Formats: sequence, C-alpha cells, structure tokens
Amino acid sequence: MTASSTTAVPRIRVTPLIPRLCHWVNALAIFIMVGSGWRIYNSEPIVPGLIPYFNHRYTLGGDFELSFKLHGEPGLAGATLWHFAGMWLLVINFLVYVAYGLVSGRFRRKLLPLSATGVIADARAALTGRLSHADLSIYNNVQKLLYAGIIVVGVVVVLSGLSIWKPVQFHYLTSFFGGYDTARYVHFGAMAAIVAFLVVHVALAVLVPKSLRAMIIDR
Amino acid sequence: MARQRKPPPGVDPRLLIKDAAKLLPEPSRRRFLRGAASLGALAALTGCDIIDNNTSENALRVISTFNDRVQALIFNPNTLAPEYPESKITRPFPFNAYYSEDEAPDVDADKWELEIGGLVDNKKPWTLPELYKLAEVSQITRHVCVEGWSAIGSWQGVKLSDFLKMIGADLTAKYVWFQCAEGYSNTIDMPTALHPQTQLTLKFDHQILPRAYGFPMKIRIPTKLGFKNPKYVTAMWVQNNDAGGYWENQGYNWFSGL
Repeated sequence: MTASSTTAVPRIRVTPLIPRLCHWVNALAIFIMVGSGWRIYNSEPIVPGLIPYFNHRYTLGGDFELSFKLHGEPGLAGATLWHFAGMWLLVINFLVYVAYGLVSGRFRRKLLPLSATGVIADARAALTGRLSHADLSIYNNVQKLLYAGIIVVGVVVVLSGLSIWKPVQFHYLTSFFGGYDTARYVHFGAMAAIVAFLVVHVALAVLVPKSLRAMIIDR
Repeated sequence: MARQRKPPPGVDPRLLIKDAAKLLPEPSRRRFLRGAASLGALAALTGCDIIDNNTSENALRVISTFNDRVQALIFNPNTLAPEYPESKITRPFPFNAYYSEDEAPDVDADKWELEIGGLVDNKKPWTLPELYKLAEVSQITRHVCVEGWSAIGSWQGVKLSDFLKMIGADLTAKYVWFQCAEGYSNTIDMPTALHPQTQLTLKFDHQILPRAYGFPMKIRIPTKLGFKNPKYVTAMWVQNNDAGGYWENQGYNWFSGL
C-alpha cells in the first residue's frame, strides 16, 4: 500500500482557534477601552500641551452634547460606564490568551529565541523590501519583539489602571507605579504604546492581506 | 463632588443653557442612559445605529451594579487610605462642585442643625457647638475626583463610626444617607460609614471648615471618589433602602470606592 499521490499538502496552522478568537475579542475590548479612555482623558487632560483633548467624535460614552445639556457633564458618566464594563472583557480575554500561550507552548515556540542582532537584521530586510512572508506561521524577529512587547504593555496598562481605580485598596500597587499621579501617566503612556502598535499592526496587515485572511479563517 | 465643568470645545454655553431649559423637565435619567449606551464612534464609522439600543443600555447598567458588588468585596474595612505629611497638602486646595464658588450654600451657623433620622435610637438634632465638643480626629489624605485629578487635604472632625454608636444607630442597617443644603445627596454603604477614616468633618487644616469646602459640615470618606464626600450636610439618615445620590443617579458608579 502506498500513500495516495492525491493527499493534500499538510495544512499549516497559522493561528489556532483560541488565540484567533482572543485576537478579535481583544480588538473589540481595545476599541471600547481606548474610546472611553479618551473621553475620560478629556475631563482632566494630563498632557494638555501634547493633546488638549480628543475629538469627542472618536470617543465613547454616549451623546456628549445631550449629557452636557442635561447635567452639565460632557459624557464622563457614560465613558466610565463603558470603561469599567470593557475592563472585564479586556482582562478576562487577556488571561485566557496568556494562559493558552504559556500552557500550549505557543509563546515559547513563536516568540523565542529573540535576539537584538536578529531584530536589526530583520528590520533592515523589511525596510529594503526583502523580508519573506512565505510562511506566516513563523514570526520574524521584529514581529517577535513587537508581539512580546505588546504583551508586557498589556500587563502594564491593566496594572496601572487597577492602581488608579483602587489607590486605597491596592495602595502598594499604586506606590509601585510611583504614586497616584505618576500611575496616571503610566496608564496614559501604555495606552499610547498600544495605539502606536495598532497603527503599525493594521498598516502591515493591509500590506500583507493574506495575514489578515489567516487571522480570520486560519488558512 | 465633581468640579465645575467647562463647556466642551466648540459648544456655546449660552445656547446650551437655552436648550437645557427646554430639556430639563423631562425625566433625565432615562434619556441620559440612552445617550450613554450609544457607541458614537462605531456608529459614525459604519453609519449604523444598531448598538444604540436598550440592550446595551441595560447591559451597562447591569455591569455597573455588578461592579458595585465587586467593589464591596474588594473593600477591606481595615485597609487605610495612605496619609501624607503636612508639606504635601495641596495649596490652595481646589473648590469643586457643579456650581461656581459664589453660588455655594451660605449656611447660617446659628440656625443650622444636623437632622438625624431613620434607624437611630436618639434622633435629637445636633447644633454646631455640640459637635465641636466631641473628640476630634485628624487626617491628611488624597481626595480623588472621578475626572482624574486629585488633591491632598487636611481634615478634622468626629469619627463617623463613633458618632453612629453614640446616637444608637442600627449598625446592621445597609446604608447611611446624607442630605445637603443645596439639594445634593449621597447614599453610602454601612461598611464604609464604619471605616476608621470616615469622618464627620468640621475643620479643614485645623480651621473651621470654610464655606468653599462645605461649611458647616462635610463627610470625608478617603476610601471613595470625591463626589461621594458630601458637603454642606444638613441631615443624616440610617436606613435599609438605597436613596441614591446626585451624581449616582446620573449614571456614575454607585459604590465608587478607591
């Protein structure tokens, strides 16, 4: 008995179902958290020189003009409702993602080894248009750095958020971030890092459309 | 209390007040929550309005109530808010309310009485001289506003848990409700009322509480957001029903613990 010559090429799994689902749930959670967070920022901008306020059209929390007419507040209540609902989606989904990545060995396989020389070489190849995208299941060193880095940023955004939500109950955490005021800057900085990641991430997905298809249908 | 709000950029405050006058008689809570539930940005991007409906409105309300319960669980009655040295006091300490400073209640000290009601043995009202005679406690803690800013202040007054015991309040009741001179109100949970730092405040920085900070009496709760720290308090009721509060009724999270 010989192997059938019509056997299909073994299908390479790019992204298994669980991290793929986590990816899209996370996309929604980030949309909610950043949108409502920008609205919250507007009530008390911490870097007014850099960003006086976020255009309310790109913020989340209901009709701000109606809120202002009714109770003299530009939709902060609605924004906080969204923020403190979205946090559950963000955190639970993140925990599932990290648990899966650790237990399945996916993080180890996909993100390691990671070296500075590798990152420099791959970044140079990418900028000169010579970086291979033939096998989407293997991350190049720049991807490894960004994907590992954004997980760390995710941890920072959640913990700094927790430290400004509960600066009495979790005052040790707040102190760890340098006190209440500094923790707000850390939370803002982590948000900025996520948005910057998102810009690059979406731009690259558009440049390599098959990666977007793979993230949806895994082929 | 939230600081007085400036109008959002690009909005004419005079027109808003005009519009507000038309809108105010309507039941505001429901209209507000409908607004809160709208996913403005997504709707703008997609041109659809499907998410702006009662389902998301109710979901947000349910999650906020769930968050009240989670915060009650996180609340540790023995965890103290960090205290600061005098050098860290924010000077000048900001005035904050939903009205301007000259519109703040101007309470007549001679006529003022603290009304006591609800599940309490001794409902005798309290005058200021009587309150000033009670044992004084002091704290320098951080006032954190829901808007994000914070300020460190120095408050002196009577430990609320001592006062509640002294007047024979039912400490197994669920809530304490405060009514203020300008119509502001707050309901807090009993565990927070009994927290060692919760204070019936009569002084700011060792001086009689100035009008800007709530003369003659405020309730200082360093374990809660600023708007859960009522000023110009005129009445205190111990009860088992949640009577809500000024900002809580407008959609801000009820527990708002720190």
